Amino acid sequence: MDNTVEIRWHGRGGQGAKTAALLLADVAFKTGKYVQGFPEYGPERMGAPITAYNRISDAPVTIHSNIYDPDYVAVVDDSLLESIDVTHGLKRNGAVIINTEKKKEHIMPLLHGFEGAVYVLDAKAVSMKALGKNYPNSPMLAAVAAVSGVMPKKDFLREMQASFAHKFAKKPEVIDGNMRALELAFAEVEKENGCK
Amino acid sequence: MISDRINEKSPWQDITEGNKIFEAATSREFCTGEWRTSTPVWDKEKCKQCLLCTPVCPDSSIPVKDGKREEFDYDHCKGCGICAKVCPFDAIAMKEGK
Amino acid sequence: MAVRERLSGNEAVAYAIKQIEPDVMPAFPITPSTEIPQYVATYIANGEIDTEFIPVESEHSAMSATLGACAAGARALTATSSCGMALMWEELYVAASDRLPIVMALVNRALSGPININADHSDSMGARDSGWIQIYAESNQEVYDNFLQAFPIAEHKDVMLPVMICQDGFITSHGVENILLVETDSVKQFVGERNPEHYLLNAKEPMAVGPYAVSNYYMETKRGQREAMKNARKVILEVAERFEKMTGRKYGFFEEYCLEDAEYAIVIIGSAAGTCKAAVNKIRKETGKKVGLLKIRVFRPFPEEELAAALSHVKTIAVLDRSEMFSATGGPLGAEVQAALYQAKADADVVNYFYGLGGRDITVEDFEQVYSKLERIAKEHKVTDKYDYIGLRK
Repeated sequence: MDNTVEIRWHGRGGQGAKTAALLLADVAFKTGKYVQGFPEYGPERMGAPITAYNRISDAPVTIHSNIYDPDYVAVVDDSLLESIDVTHGLKRNGAVIINTEKKKEHIMPLLHGFEGAVYVLDAKAVSMKALGKNYPNSPMLAAVAAVSGVMPKKDFLREMQASFAHKFAKKPEVIDGNMRALELAFAEVEKENGCK
Repeated sequence: MISDRINEKSPWQDITEGNKIFEAATSREFCTGEWRTSTPVWDKEKCKQCLLCTPVCPDSSIPVKDGKREEFDYDHCKGCGICAKVCPFDAIAMKEGK
Repeated sequence: MAVRERLSGNEAVAYAIKQIEPDVMPAFPITPSTEIPQYVATYIANGEIDTEFIPVESEHSAMSATLGACAAGARALTATSSCGMALMWEELYVAASDRLPIVMALVNRALSGPININADHSDSMGARDSGWIQIYAESNQEVYDNFLQAFPIAEHKDVMLPVMICQDGFITSHGVENILLVETDSVKQFVGERNPEHYLLNAKEPMAVGPYAVSNYYMETKRGQREAMKNARKVILEVAERFEKMTGRKYGFFEEYCLEDAEYAIVIIGSAAGTCKAAVNKIRKETGKKVGLLKIRVFRPFPEEELAAALSHVKTIAVLDRSEMFSATGGPLGAEVQAALYQAKADADVVNYFYGLGGRDITVEDFEQVYSKLERIAKEHKVTDKYDYIGLRK
């Protein structure tokens, strides 16, 4: 249990929070970890708030419950902050990573006095810059990897490269853009927030 | 005879798996003619061999040979009377009893 | 060599089906099992396997078509959940009484109502009297492993019964975990070909399947069915042993986790057993208290004597049910475990709690509380709230 990192994702149906959780599980798996990636299913509607989870560990994980005291929380859509207490149960030495165009000081009042680390990333801007399209998942994934440190950056980038090469075998031209999005997001989080 | 192997005295060990029957046409062994309370009688003089009776018999009890019907199979005929109803030539009459 | 992978429970079952490559799969989609026929249909469309997929108009037809295919001599299976299985009700009994070695991938989901899509065991527990062998899984690994063992059990000449391979909806079916896959060649060798002794498409042996059985035959036929279920005990263990030789992973009727010296034990089925294991580890590490777990894998046939023996030394037991049976007492697992303990003249105090109905989550902390209740009962020698709930708002 001790070395298990628990991550909770908040998003809206259709935004890819579940996919992001599964991708993170995937890349962590490839670096040799034991992983869990699972969604919490409620009403399956586009736009409805959804939650997905990751457990990432060096040892097999047998727990099959949801995560109530996560080490990290990733918020894919900042409009959720109005209605959901995203940092609920989040460990004080943990961190929340929020995809937003807003500045950190504008986000803080929505976090119910959370005292731990807060990271903001404009995943849309990063995606537009790197890919010319708004696919916030890849930058968010990089931000979560950067902040949580569940795997070394070079391992993360190497496995993502392999994963993109497989996924976009028929569209190799988008691989570089996606990799650029990851690196930009890494740099952004490190620069803006000062990562561990 | 299947009824020698499986019958109402058979212990459970002798009943086939899932009660399946591993041969065909075992209904021949079951003489349903015993149930008959009225009996069709074939009038060969009136019969034109149109064969309308044969396919309607629910018990396949009107045998046909070389394109012509033969005497009823009274071992299996239950006496339902459908053949008598369908005969256009009054060549089949139902009589009381066996 | 095992193949290290990460798959969801549904992906794992679909992959097992791909490796087994059955002859026929009729299926109708229902959450949360839908992905299984979806993946298999994709394998077929891609030309990866030669299975005949039959899209049907209902689950009633899905099971009917599976029965027909199996009786004809094919290796046939289907997948479903919840109300889908409820619509198969009539055919479930027919499959078992006609002694057809069908396999069903059941992704457990609560039965309506109220309508709900999440995990509980009301679907399969409702079918516990249908004559199917039932094998449950804690994890994706287990559901995959159980699936590979299903046909060798079902098709054994002393068994010839349908097998239900159960996993918890969403919790394992949609959760991605690490898994070790068996190489396809080894799977094919392990599962083998189906060589039915009797089958409808055998022109040399005309036969009748499912004839009417009057009172003079019905009871003897049912007694034969019971014998097959008794034989299944031996065959399940033999197949598990053969599986262990292939993979090194050991399976039995149930798993005993820290049970050998346990004073307080939980008996449970399914994915929550993994969460319970974490609680056992935590309590033992932090307090040294002797807590243990018995996780049922095979619920049909029910391992009455073995289970009672494994629990014979325990002071207090909590049996946890993930389905109601509205006896106004406890749940089905509670009733059967207590009957087993009574037969063995065990003197442990037993409580029976409901948990996880309709997907209600159960946590490590919940299990810790159950163990502390068991400890209190043992100390006070008094059972209060014999039938109770975990996680119910009161």
